[in-house]
Amino acid sequence: MSSRERELAVRVLGLRDYEEAYLLQKELVEARIRQAIPDTLLLVEHPPVFTLGRGVQGEQFRVPASQVEALEVKVIPVDRGGQVTYHGPGQLVGYPIFDLARHRQDLHWMLWSLEEVLIRFLKDFGIRGERRKSYPGVWVGREKIAAVGIGVRRWVTYHGFALNVNPDLSYFRFIYPCGIHDCGVTSLAEILGEGIEISRALLEKIAFYTGEVFQLEVASFQNDAEVSGVAQEKAQEQPPC
Amino acid sequence: MEVTLPFLAEGVDEATVSYWKVDEGDRVEEGDDLVEMFTSKAVFSVPSPAAGVVEEILVREGEVVKVGQTLCTLKED
Repeated sequence: MSSRERELAVRVLGLRDYEEAYLLQKELVEARIRQAIPDTLLLVEHPPVFTLGRGVQGEQFRVPASQVEALEVKVIPVDRGGQVTYHGPGQLVGYPIFDLARHRQDLHWMLWSLEEVLIRFLKDFGIRGERRKSYPGVWVGREKIAAVGIGVRRWVTYHGFALNVNPDLSYFRFIYPCGIHDCGVTSLAEILGEGIEISRALLEKIAFYTGEVFQLEVASFQNDAEVSGVAQEKAQEQPPC
Repeated sequence: MEVTLPFLAEGVDEATVSYWKVDEGDRVEEGDDLVEMFTSKAVFSVPSPAAGVVEEILVREGEVVKVGQTLCTLKED
């Protein structure tokens, strides 16, 4: 392998519409297939949106459709695995555009690895993140802190993970997260108390563990954020991860 | 030639058809997506292994397919 093949490019997008970020993913997947870009991790926050994965079965919303409509939050069917989920500000969404031909051509290994990134990340905060058999995602006790779900085209991945840092968790009350009726949802802020947000240090930590788990070197860390929570934190000196 | 469901993941021996992106009689190039499928955790597209014409589609939307099972047949150029 050349050194290029061990590179990870990280791009921080800030707050972006779900559809816009989706189109960007699709562009990057094509570029990755052509080998025009290295493995790339997009880090983004979305305005409130519910998305439905391809695995939807049974009732996804706890409330009548009229109440969902009244929220004025879009409901978008998407080409990832899994069931319903919520995205919103304060939730860090990661989209790895990785060529699994250069890692391991195994879809569930990819999901396991994303969970591993998040479990190592949480450990830094003294939080024990766990996997639950047949329920993808990362759990703290009986509550889910991060969702995972991917799509893949010609072994290049898209979609990825959604980690609750400090989102408004009340939106989750409208859905059965991932189709599970007896589970709760939590966030870093709920576990640690106030004061945690999607800072540059936090994003760098995620980038670091992504590199560690996938054995990639973080070759670039580009911040495209215009207006978002991630821009709030001054680019003061941060300890390297 | 037969287009079959490829290996997807350790311990995963089947996937569900979400929808076909081509019809019988369509011309495809090598690498064009033929069908979108999903497992319990992931969605993927099966690309055409060669350029040609889609002859017969053998599995329906919503059907559960085993790894190695034929999805469709392709008349190569």
